[in-house]
Amino acid sequence: MECVFGLVGNDFAIVAADTSAVHSILVHKSNEDKIMILDSHKLIAASGESGDRVQFTEYIQKNVALYQFRNGIPLTTAAAANFTRGELATALRKNPYFVNILLAGYDKETGPSLFYIDYIATLHKVDKGAFGYGSYFSLAMMDRHYHSGMTVEEAIDLVDKCIMEIRSRLVVAPPNFVIKIVDKDGAREYAWRESVKDAAVPLA
Amino acid sequence: MVGKNCFAMASDRRLGVQLQTIATDFQRISKIHDRVFLGLSGLATDAQTLYQRLVFRHKLYQLREERDMKPETFANLVSALLYEKRFGPYFCQPVIAGLGDEDKPFICTMDSIGAKELAKDFVVAGTASESLYGACESMFKEDMEPEELFETVSQALLSSVDRDCLSGWGGHVYVVTPTEVKERILKGRMD
Repeated sequence: MECVFGLVGNDFAIVAADTSAVHSILVHKSNEDKIMILDSHKLIAASGESGDRVQFTEYIQKNVALYQFRNGIPLTTAAAANFTRGELATALRKNPYFVNILLAGYDKETGPSLFYIDYIATLHKVDKGAFGYGSYFSLAMMDRHYHSGMTVEEAIDLVDKCIMEIRSRLVVAPPNFVIKIVDKDGAREYAWRESVKDAAVPLA
Repeated sequence: MVGKNCFAMASDRRLGVQLQTIATDFQRISKIHDRVFLGLSGLATDAQTLYQRLVFRHKLYQLREERDMKPETFANLVSALLYEKRFGPYFCQPVIAGLGDEDKPFICTMDSIGAKELAKDFVVAGTASESLYGACESMFKEDMEPEELFETVSQALLSSVDRDCLSGWGGHVYVVTPTEVKERILKGRMD
């Protein structure tokens, strides 16, 4: 039900996630942002148990910030990914977090990178990755159309193709998606792909 | 597999979650030091955790003893670490290979709770282990030179993983002699 996928382009990385918050058969909201901006040049797209997702990604975000405060320099994407894997692995045999993560980042020295971290702390650096039932469709689309060194326009086109495929072929397809990008200018929201609009909620 | 004053270690390259393939470039074989290699099959997360713990222990050993671990010693360390978790094990089957004293090759494998299995000729692990036993038994010869050993190990690996749906997507072969380590990537059936 929860679809998260991402890919690496020529000097950027893109991740897309669905935005529905679901409990059993009820959709609580359809504009839940599941891609957290970890720091200036990193994105963490998470799917899984909603409580674990929010708590764990916030924990990682605060610890990454703490490292930067203590040491004066930010963590590299690979270091942040290994830290995340370490936290998941330590908790695995006691009190596991059921969160699957795609960590996208841009480093000045090494360029863009995408890390696949699943809920049992398997870490692997990938060019394209996906989680959830949507992965059966998005991975297939990416296997067909992905090539290394894609431009932003080509990558967005591929992301849209994947979203179309998920919408048309997944029985409980989420209606809305958010797309975020990270490149040398930083991590930022790129676009939303909405087919159902939630009523705007005034902030408390 | 053991050759004449050398050994070869080979693995497939698939990282998968049951039926879905996540990546086709997963490194299963790691170098502990120039003369000891470790291959870890099984659950990827436990393989990564176990590898990190072993590298940590080996680095401490290097600092204290001011030398590298012998392969027999390393195998004992792996066995001990695995048996520590006897009632909550790491789901990995390691394959350890190294060049011991006087460049004598040493190989062993163990189950996920550290039961060592030493062999003079070859050891196998993983989902395709039964196929690998058959292929290695028929292709193995005593005292092969490195080039012939590479050919034998590659053919045994590729033919075995082709019979197993969970293994494959290429191969990694390391051939280690006293003077050099040659790493090669095999092109196999990508399915």
